[in-house]
Amino acid sequence: MKFPIHPRYIAIMRAEDLLHPTPAGLYCPSGDFYIDPVRAVDRALVTHGHADHARPGHGAVLATPETLTIMAARYGDGFTGRADAAVFGKATTVNGVNVTFHPAGHVLGSAQIAVEKNGLRIVASGDYKRAADPTCAPFVPVPCDVFITEATFALPVFRHPDAGDEIAKLLTSLQQFTERAHLVGAYSLGKAQRVIRMLRDAGYDAPIYIHGALEKLCNLYESEGVSLGPLLPATVETNDKDQFAGAVIVAPPASLNDKWARRFPDPLPAFASGWMRIRQRAKQRGVELPLILSDHADWDELTDTITEIGPSEVWVTHGREEALVRWCELQGIAARPLNIVGYEDESE
Amino acid sequence: MNRFAALLDRLVLTPQRNGKLRLLVDYFRDTPDPDRGYALAGITRDLEIASVKPAMIRTLVEERLDQVLFAYSYDYVGDLAETVSLVWPEAETRANRVPTVADVVETLHQASRSDGPGLVMGGLRIGVSARLAKQALAQFGGKDIVEIEELWHGLEPPYLDLFAWLEDRGDKPAPNHSAPFRPVMLAHPLMEKAERADADIAGKLAIAPEEFAAEWKWDGIRVQAAAEGGERRLYSRTGDDISDAFPDVLDALDFEGAIDGELLVMRPDTERDVAPFGDLQQRLNRKTVSNKLLASHPAFIRAYDLLTADGNDLRGEPFQVRRNRLEAFIARHGGERLDLSPLVPFASLDDLAAHRESPPHAAIEGLMLKRWDSLYQPGRPKGPWFKWKRDPFLIDVVLLYAQRGHGKRSSFYSDYTFGVWRPGDNGQELVPVGKAYFGFTDEELKRLDKYVRDNTVERFGPVRSVRAEPDHGLVLEVAFEGLNRSTRHKSGVAMRFPRIHRIRDDKPPGEADTLEALTALLD
Repeated sequence: MKFPIHPRYIAIMRAEDLLHPTPAGLYCPSGDFYIDPVRAVDRALVTHGHADHARPGHGAVLATPETLTIMAARYGDGFTGRADAAVFGKATTVNGVNVTFHPAGHVLGSAQIAVEKNGLRIVASGDYKRAADPTCAPFVPVPCDVFITEATFALPVFRHPDAGDEIAKLLTSLQQFTERAHLVGAYSLGKAQRVIRMLRDAGYDAPIYIHGALEKLCNLYESEGVSLGPLLPATVETNDKDQFAGAVIVAPPASLNDKWARRFPDPLPAFASGWMRIRQRAKQRGVELPLILSDHADWDELTDTITEIGPSEVWVTHGREEALVRWCELQGIAARPLNIVGYEDESE
Repeated sequence: MNRFAALLDRLVLTPQRNGKLRLLVDYFRDTPDPDRGYALAGITRDLEIASVKPAMIRTLVEERLDQVLFAYSYDYVGDLAETVSLVWPEAETRANRVPTVADVVETLHQASRSDGPGLVMGGLRIGVSARLAKQALAQFGGKDIVEIEELWHGLEPPYLDLFAWLEDRGDKPAPNHSAPFRPVMLAHPLMEKAERADADIAGKLAIAPEEFAAEWKWDGIRVQAAAEGGERRLYSRTGDDISDAFPDVLDALDFEGAIDGELLVMRPDTERDVAPFGDLQQRLNRKTVSNKLLASHPAFIRAYDLLTADGNDLRGEPFQVRRNRLEAFIARHGGERLDLSPLVPFASLDDLAAHRESPPHAAIEGLMLKRWDSLYQPGRPKGPWFKWKRDPFLIDVVLLYAQRGHGKRSSFYSDYTFGVWRPGDNGQELVPVGKAYFGFTDEELKRLDKYVRDNTVERFGPVRSVRAEPDHGLVLEVAFEGLNRSTRHKSGVAMRFPRIHRIRDDKPPGEADTLEALTALLD
């Protein structure tokens, strides 16, 4: 049975009708597409290449060219039935719904996705940050009715310090502990390349050793125009353990405490992550040199961004939803948690 | 303040002693006065700041941040001081510039409400002892740590004259009180670990009765009691002034001199019947002490040596002379709170070994052997003094949990929690009794690590639980020095100085020791 629709409301869509959470991810019924679905679907719009947002096996994927390249590198060329490249700032139509990709400043190719129909615009920010990053295009604020924000670091305790100062901490330690191999844990897509690029910008030009798991993505960044300088595999060529004394080795965080790390002389474990702001986190992982370097917005960036964009409603997803929703309430901004499952807040 | 904060962060997370030393030396070199002095005081805990109660800090924060947001934050971080320092509104500190340590300290002196909650709330658990800080100062200034220990107690933050001297810009500061600390003489173990396996010790040792004096090694803490020129002080063996915690002992220092001895607690209403070490621990690390504790845990000094007497420095005299002086000195000034540690006469090494096997009191942890002709030299000179400790207690335990180590050991599961059997609701169950992270060889560490990885049952962050069943598990022989009652441990006991002695691959877990057998060791 259908209810009669009052003419006054015909043009006005409810935001939940345009986009709403489902077990598979954020779904747009009019356009019949999902944004960053956590399982295989017919049509997916993908904000960026991190594995929890970009999964293989969809019927069709619409994403930035860089994100498509990253997915192909990770999953092979057959990662999707069909791949369509989105251009930043250029609107396309998906089943009558207007879709525009805008830079999110998170990692190479990362985008926010603006979804628009009948005068209602929702921006799904994906993961984003406002701090400068030499490896990707900076975040662009897009006016909208509903802003869907991430909340990875949505607590007032998370304030990322200046990234350059964190890199300086690493360089200082290299001078202080010249006999120790500086083992830098960094997420393999984005963080690792950002750390390397920032070291280069700070004048560090010695070869940087990388874990085998980073090679493919570092090559990809290079071919996308992000120059990383001389990189060498972190394998022991001879029995000469000294080759790593005073060197920088970048590796996925999990490998820091792995048997893999035993090849290095007296390793000094460092970890580049926003979580390193909490001392106990560093201690638990045995990190001696925490580098507070994040690809996610901190508390101030999150709240400043909401203030700047001025949406009439904020939806909060993956992370500390409750704190950001509370802040919005205090500011008189309508807000609610989205409770989408399947995103890992540790992957940073 | 930024640089100090960065130093603290590094110190907290750097496990190696040498790494900490380098961080400290570099900091002293690169930081101007008076900041480095205040930082030093913060580290050695000599900074006296009007006390600020946690509740007050909390109120201050809640004036600046929504209560609910603060609650979420505290819940996440788990530590009040750290939460407060992380959420402290930045605008207040960033408005002009980051304050220096000196600014913070001076502001705090004026009024106890300002920045720097971490410092104020006494949250500086940084793993740097006062001794390590002094070692860093010695290294920084190219001096002997003995010199720094000697003059330390005359100094006050921000230590301008100390730094001037260390940088060769000024004279050596003079101690400003008359009962200074004198660096302590320490002993070597009679046998190094490798030699202990060798049963035929008699042939290897040259401890001749005519050359060496023997005395009991009491199970307390080594102290120095100085009463000179109207001042009375009690120092730990690293030179920390612990006078405030022991007014009962200080009262008894009714003499002019400096004594080297053992600080012990006696059972109440006895004539210095030494109580277990655990009772002494109740008295340690306190700024003040209640009358109740003074009555239930009375402390006293058992004297080993005499460093100065009636204005004469005796450290250059042979032990024989000092001992004679000490006996006369105690005969004159001893009493309820001060007595003499008796010598142990012996005719042969076998004789001595027999004494070591059956000491007359539970609070004796072995023998001290001192050459009759030894001078009192600071540090640990090799040859004149030896300690010959009683054999450690040994028990067979079952490995329960393992945690990853730090630094070189960060890829190894090297911290082991172990348990013994006790009757449970469903038959015998394992109850944790201790934790050990050394004692094993590199080879044994590899085997232990492999065992943990191959037998993991559950993971909790850096910790793994391993299979521990009567017929599947790993038995370890653990050595320890003593056992205390403990209300904090599930088993009711806490081991002193436990270490992994041996891996018992030959023993099924079901045959490991029981809690009953362990608690039988409690006196």
